[in-house]
Amino acid sequence: MAERVHSRRPWGNAPRVLVVALLCGLTGVAGGAEQKPSDKQQMRGLDEQIQEVKSDVLAIAAELSQLEEKLLYPSGTQVAVFIAIASNDTMRLDSVKLTVDGQLAAQSIYTAKELEALRKGGVQRLYVGNVATGDHQIEVLAEGKRDSGADFSRTERFPFRKDVKPKLLALTLGGTGAGNPPITLGEW
Amino acid sequence: MRKAPWRIVGLGLLLGLAVRPSAGAPAPQDPGLKDLYFGEALYHAYQGQFFDAIQRLDTELGQYRGLDEPLRDPLHFHVHDAEFSVGDFELDYRMHHKAGRAIKAVLEGAVDESVRNEAAFRLARIHFQKDQLDDAQQALDRIQGTVPPAIKDDLELLKANVAMATGRPADAVRVLKQAHAGDEDAGFTAYNLGIALFQDGRTPDAVDQLDRAGVLAARDDAGLAIRDKSNLVLGAMLFEAGSLGRARQALDRVRLDGPFSNQALLRAGWAEASAGQFDRALVPWSILVNRDPTDPAVQEAILAVPHAYASLNLHGRAALLYGQALQTLGGQIDKVDASIASIRGGRFLEALVREESRQDETWVIRLRSLPGAPETYYLMELMASHDFQTALHNYLDLEDLQDRLGGWKTGLDAFEDLVRLRGRNYEPLLPEVDARFRALDSRMRLRLEQKRHLGERLQALLTAPRPELLATADERVASESLDRMEKSLGRSNRPDVAMLRTRISRLRGVLSYTLRTQYDDRLTAAWTHLNELNVQVEALERTYESFVRARQAATHSYAGYDETIAGLRFRVGAALQRVETLRTQQGRLIEMVALNQLQARREHLVEQQAQARFAVADSYDRAARASSGPEPPPAPAKAEEPH
Repeated sequence: MAERVHSRRPWGNAPRVLVVALLCGLTGVAGGAEQKPSDKQQMRGLDEQIQEVKSDVLAIAAELSQLEEKLLYPSGTQVAVFIAIASNDTMRLDSVKLTVDGQLAAQSIYTAKELEALRKGGVQRLYVGNVATGDHQIEVLAEGKRDSGADFSRTERFPFRKDVKPKLLALTLGGTGAGNPPITLGEW
Repeated sequence: MRKAPWRIVGLGLLLGLAVRPSAGAPAPQDPGLKDLYFGEALYHAYQGQFFDAIQRLDTELGQYRGLDEPLRDPLHFHVHDAEFSVGDFELDYRMHHKAGRAIKAVLEGAVDESVRNEAAFRLARIHFQKDQLDDAQQALDRIQGTVPPAIKDDLELLKANVAMATGRPADAVRVLKQAHAGDEDAGFTAYNLGIALFQDGRTPDAVDQLDRAGVLAARDDAGLAIRDKSNLVLGAMLFEAGSLGRARQALDRVRLDGPFSNQALLRAGWAEASAGQFDRALVPWSILVNRDPTDPAVQEAILAVPHAYASLNLHGRAALLYGQALQTLGGQIDKVDASIASIRGGRFLEALVREESRQDETWVIRLRSLPGAPETYYLMELMASHDFQTALHNYLDLEDLQDRLGGWKTGLDAFEDLVRLRGRNYEPLLPEVDARFRALDSRMRLRLEQKRHLGERLQALLTAPRPELLATADERVASESLDRMEKSLGRSNRPDVAMLRTRISRLRGVLSYTLRTQYDDRLTAAWTHLNELNVQVEALERTYESFVRARQAATHSYAGYDETIAGLRFRVGAALQRVETLRTQQGRLIEMVALNQLQARREHLVEQQAQARFAVADSYDRAARASSGPEPPPAPAKAEEPH
């Protein structure tokens, strides 16, 4: 059963103190950081408007992304490659290079934030492109460091068949073993 | 009893700092992730890219809800998680209304008790954050039965918070007494209980509780900070109650290098001074005056130290220190003026939107050291306040939206160009392609019809054998020749004709014999040949379908986009205009609030400066009189006392 997202989320802090103005009353603090009520009201009024505009922009983004997909990656030819790190693997992934049918398709050098996001279970969409229906091959080169500090560099090739519907390929890096981390392919 | 302005700063900051930071420990990857796009939304969210996370997950959920058979979509494995997550992301993106709606949708759906309770908890939390206390209480009242273990502690704290905020501290006390905090949160729970007891009017119990909270073991910075805070609040309460000795003990427990040390030192000094022990008051104050002069507690100490010397009848020393205080306060006023000028010059907002500020979580602090950034010494508390933080983040969000919308505008131009070029390429080609396709299509349909007909005939032969239908071409020619010969013989009964007729009949018999004896083999061969044709027909159909798809794709690649692109262009333009307006308004408001804050601080500094100026003169007078005769008591406190 998937763990609830809220419990693994690194964002947002649950307050651990009672939110009271008690201290101010208790000690006669006039509240130096307090803003005037009119400022607060204005800030909250603007906040409401900003929430609305965010909502509008998100709706535009969704429509644009559909348009982009229809124009650039129609389902008949679409292929997408995703990257994930195996659960509990603490390797430091430095970079991934992807070729599709011998042509360089994507490469990614991972920042600390991106690596952390992968380790927590996030999945990166490394590449979206187009291929004709039929048989193809991807090649993946992953480089980084293992827990022991040893460098690793692993290349794997995976054949796949593109049908009429979009092809989603998920590459999972790492897992058990001390040597080069394995790369496994899953299809969706 | 005067309310001392020196207390203005400090405790507000304490409240801000006493929030336990998130653990930050990476949670294990969910081994059962079934939906890649959900995983992708998490990938963005884990990096704080909530706009992208919401967009991805909203799209996924929208598609999922529109399906006739949602169980065939891998998102159905995570749909409750996804619905909660999108609410979380919206909350983190400061979209409380949308988050509330998302969570209400979960609450009103057909879900398990524990899922519904979690949704109610989240809804209550949103209402509480927005000061909608009745709604928060209503949402909490909906929680009944099984509560997911992961939210139990947070739920108790929220119940206590709502109880406090709605003037029911007794309920908060009851909830907090039942709370089972782990070691990590023990200090927070103990402190919270002390505050709730105090609010409930049970001051002696509150003092005892805070006393216990002030000696709890702490393992990390957050734990140490809440312990310091407990001691500081306890010291302040005891000080107010006149228990100066116990107040001193509590204040002495606050660490000298912690975030509350300045306040504690200042209060410890006042505790001594209130007991008339000015020499002892000088000990904490003398430590304090050497600290950052922009800290309000330090500024108060700058005046409190000469006040203590004056109270000890050391007027010469007091006059000297008041003079130094004048200089220091003048320097601080100059700094505030520089900050005000900097903000008016727009440099504050410029600094806020710098890339390095966004990348670094401690950017508020780093802002002070950025080259060309304004002085923010006096804005730290303001900037730490919830409303100001929301306003700042909203400003940054608007900046981000402006960049995105600008990019999309360019992107739409590119899409339009792409569509135009594709149209120009395909339109001359397609009529000829279509004409050829139509001709081929007719031929193909004819052949397929023939094949179908043959199949039907063969099928009929299985039940009603007709060997002549399987005759070879030679056999058909021979049979037709025999027919013709027989016909040419006419009706003559001559012997030679009769003999010929017999021969024809014999030959027909041979033919018939061959056809009948070979019928089964021929029928089998015919089926085999027809089936062999199937392979070719299937290949033909595949090519045909592929062509149809390619043909449709060619049209879809450029036709029918004009309206969509025009609509999007209009919406992007309108949103961009709104975003720009809101960004300007938000920026102005931030600047105005900052300026108001600085003006208030400036006024306070000017007031302190005036007090110091008066005290310098007074101290010089007293020093002069002391050297010439008996000493009158010192002038009323120039550094204001807390009571």
